[in-house]
Amino acid sequence: MFQKILIANRGEIAARIIRTCQLMGIKTVAIYSEADMEAPHVKMAEEAYLVGGPRVAESYLKLDKILEIAKATGVEAIHPGYGLLSENAIFARRCVESGIVFIGPSPDVIAKMGSKIEARRAMEVAGVPVVPGIFHPLLDVEEAVQAAHAIGYPVMLKASAGGGGIGMQIVRSDEEIRKAFAGNQKRANDFFGDGAMYLEKFIVNPRHIEIQIFADNQGNTVYLGERECSIQRRHQKVLEEAPSTFLDPVTRQKMGETAVKAAQTIGYSNAGTVEFLVDENKQFYFLEMNTRLQVEHPVTEEITGLDLVEWQFRIASGESLRLSQKDIKFEGHAIEVRIYAEDPRTFFPSPGKITKWVTPQGLGVRNEVAVREESVVTPFYDPMIAKLVVKGENRGEAIERLKQALHDYQVEGIKTNIPLLREIAKSEAFRAGDTTTDFITKYL
Amino acid sequence: MGQIVANMAGNVWKVLVKPGDQVEEEQDVVILESMKMEIPIAAEVAGRVKEIKTNEGDFVNEGDVLIILE
Repeated sequence: MFQKILIANRGEIAARIIRTCQLMGIKTVAIYSEADMEAPHVKMAEEAYLVGGPRVAESYLKLDKILEIAKATGVEAIHPGYGLLSENAIFARRCVESGIVFIGPSPDVIAKMGSKIEARRAMEVAGVPVVPGIFHPLLDVEEAVQAAHAIGYPVMLKASAGGGGIGMQIVRSDEEIRKAFAGNQKRANDFFGDGAMYLEKFIVNPRHIEIQIFADNQGNTVYLGERECSIQRRHQKVLEEAPSTFLDPVTRQKMGETAVKAAQTIGYSNAGTVEFLVDENKQFYFLEMNTRLQVEHPVTEEITGLDLVEWQFRIASGESLRLSQKDIKFEGHAIEVRIYAEDPRTFFPSPGKITKWVTPQGLGVRNEVAVREESVVTPFYDPMIAKLVVKGENRGEAIERLKQALHDYQVEGIKTNIPLLREIAKSEAFRAGDTTTDFITKYL
Repeated sequence: MGQIVANMAGNVWKVLVKPGDQVEEEQDVVILESMKMEIPIAAEVAGRVKEIKTNEGDFVNEGDVLIILE
């Protein structure tokens, strides 16, 4: 096992990774930007180094500087967390070349899954169902119009390198696609440095259900069940739960086995998530594969009793999976909500100073937090400042605990989406499990 | 004569107008990027752009003047 690792991330996930390191007796090196001098992860790590200015391009994305720190501090591995450099194949390759273990799959696998078009092709070849659509980058808007006709409106226009809902738009007519194409292409270029666009059939009233997989370097792969992540705003997840109310045991097993097949086909190792869209008839389609730990991984930890970050370290250090598929048991029901620093109605960000911060406590309540009272939420990073995870014996109990915990949550000084989360938790539609991706616009 | 100010801190992603342009009430004039989100800033009143006080890529604080109208 590793003696010392570097965490190339910030916020709640950096703190969460350090916690597992402490339990495993692994020494930690944190990095931070000028905006994060007072951040919890900086205080928690044994060593912490300033990388640069507040913007991510000046700090958390500066791979040369981060590798320099890694070498100087003598770490054996780098945990990239999620976002930032976690799906950057160049960074992963540079780690390998520097003799440092990148905690994740191989650089080639990251690159392949990072291109949604390439991922679609790989899955099609593997016999994994993919959303009907095209498998190559569109040349121009005219080809987009033709392709849309062949698929049939409505279609989803997407950036191959996209993420977080950026560069993605539903279009319902020739006119709309002509209007949307150039703007989304430009946005994809600006945000991801790659303007390749493609089209998929728009699945009506879909659910977003993903499968957590783990693969070791010896060729063993297992799935740790699903997470239902359909409740979203701006194409980003707001609430995740497991198990999904929508899946029956047969579909669950079929999706799990399909995810394992997908991972094995591309030579996957470490933690990964295969995201599926599931339609009203329980037909599921491959959407994308996230080659990293997910924000919502605690939901899986709660129902499996496993520490996924510990598993990541064990696999990266060369150990085989300790459990086979039949040993993996699911128990109870877990729900995670993401606390965003934003207006609960307009979803506009709300940076500022937190003047009051009280997290809820109680049986089955887990907080993952990146801030505290007096923290300043800056405009430089993602608006997610905390996660609240609850667990109950069943979904009803989990919802009751969620309602109570959200009631007890107190944040002042900035706006948060907690009022919206309270509405979701007490809504009849949520209780009934009627959670499709249009939940917030439909019911709230 | 009026001025358009940033309603939150962020990076100036795009300036959509140039000096001399006539802008209408509620027309988007600048797009800020804050917390990975694009925030359009609209003119509250109609007017002609006299001066642009910011450049694309600049960091602005809440309340900073972005554009002066006449």
